[in-house]
Amino acid sequence: MSSEPASTTTDFAHSGDLRTEEMLLNMGPQHPATHGVLRVMVRTDGEMVIDCEPHVGYLHRCFEKHCESVSWLQSVLYTDRLDYLTAMGNNWGYCMAVERLFGGEIEVPERAEYLRVICQELNRVASHLLAIGTYGMDIGAITPFLYCFREREKILYIFETISGQRLNYNYIRPGGVAYDFTDDMVTMIGEFCEYFRPKMAEYNDLLSSNQIFKGRTANVGVLPIETAISYGCTGPVIRGSGVPRDLRKDQPYGVYDRFDFDVVVGSGEAGTLGDCFDRYICRVREMEQSIGIVEQALADLPGGEFRSPKIKQKIRPPKGEAYTRIENSRGEVGFYLVSDGKDVAYRNKCRSPSFHNIHVLPEISRGHMVADLIAIIGSMDIVLGEVDR
Amino acid sequence: MADKAARKELIETVQASLGEKIAEVDRDVIDPFVRVEAKDWPEVALFLRDRCGLDYLACLTSIDRGADGLEAVYGIERMDAERLQITVKILVSKDEPNIPSVEDVWRTADWHEREAWDLMGIVFTGHHNLVRILCAEDWEGHPLRKDYKSPDYYHGIRNNVV
Repeated sequence: MSSEPASTTTDFAHSGDLRTEEMLLNMGPQHPATHGVLRVMVRTDGEMVIDCEPHVGYLHRCFEKHCESVSWLQSVLYTDRLDYLTAMGNNWGYCMAVERLFGGEIEVPERAEYLRVICQELNRVASHLLAIGTYGMDIGAITPFLYCFREREKILYIFETISGQRLNYNYIRPGGVAYDFTDDMVTMIGEFCEYFRPKMAEYNDLLSSNQIFKGRTANVGVLPIETAISYGCTGPVIRGSGVPRDLRKDQPYGVYDRFDFDVVVGSGEAGTLGDCFDRYICRVREMEQSIGIVEQALADLPGGEFRSPKIKQKIRPPKGEAYTRIENSRGEVGFYLVSDGKDVAYRNKCRSPSFHNIHVLPEISRGHMVADLIAIIGSMDIVLGEVDR
Repeated sequence: MADKAARKELIETVQASLGEKIAEVDRDVIDPFVRVEAKDWPEVALFLRDRCGLDYLACLTSIDRGADGLEAVYGIERMDAERLQITVKILVSKDEPNIPSVEDVWRTADWHEREAWDLMGIVFTGHHNLVRILCAEDWEGHPLRKDYKSPDYYHGIRNNVV
């Protein structure tokens, strides 16, 4: 009957007497850290994630079917609602595909190309600001969120002035853009760039050099290069793994070949290459590059038409098929359009970056803690609007 | 696009190496493509990945071709600075819409194929988990088919309200 006094917890755990059971945990679809209606089935052993499986489709509204019933120009409105945080990029991707269907018949005026670049890059900054802010909040830092939204609000105000909308712009249209910039708008954007540059230091102070933040993100969710490519990851997710793939550089569309900017890649500076911190820091540094592009575009902004005169109320692309893709904030967004020469598209397929970025989630979250799973999902920066389409 | 010459060159290479496995080549359209038979697809896919280095399946589009059947269009690329691309098309009949799965070749094909099955009803044989991904599990029919009619009721909720 003689027994030792109760052992410490550590001894108890190592003695083999403590049996943990696997548990199936349902995270979402209503969960604040899933950035929308993502549901993740997590198999846990205590605090450890053994496996997980994302279930998507809660926001599915069959965008592709809708586009078969509305005209080519009306479809631009639906593309806004795919990735509602970077609507400019979706507009542009779709419009480029339509222009490609015409096979060079529609020439986009030079001024319109510059306006597109300015809007897209400002939108990229707005989108990354939200990504960074909410990422900090996921991990428990609420202050950066407020700072990020302060700046994002200024960009949204600029967009409201330009297009009349804060989120779903419907601004980039086939053959150009919807409205021209006035001189006031050019000044306003220039002032914003001046205002924004010094603010970047604030995010770095608040998050990038924050030891708690680093501790939560470094060495977590390491995404190897081969896995990233095989899963079709693009955007900051693959660049975080050290792959310098950016369509703006690789296959410059629009007038991106005229601007001087760097492709930011992760280097594993806080821990391992391809961890959550690398994906985060890519976004922070990309904002700086984007502001640089906006400044260059404003400096060289040419005059002239802002919309091709060939675009009328109704367009009817000739029979054919075309696939185009552009570099959006979250990666490559592509559109495969099939036209049979009628007023509406025969088929409109959207390849969305978030759909593939979230697919890789089980691969990189096995063996982490449940709390790290939140950090990993946040670092992917998904928008369920374009995952579910 | 500037890469058109490179795309045509790649198609020549593929045609020279695989010969009869390539059923048709069309160079005159906007995006030149090769057409392969469904049964030859796994071999062609492995050739594209291992010999041509096309390691990134960018897009899988499914198209309802009416009486001709269903078509799957694969956009495959190489993840390097050149971004070499090829478009592969596979046409199958509506009675037997079977295409071998390539999820082992490109992991991303897993979800692509589930989506094509869900919305268009193409069956990818050999897929480890070919279930609906975007529509609800008990949804009936494949919405992107041209002859699709949405149900009047779903779980007692009235649909098609005009």
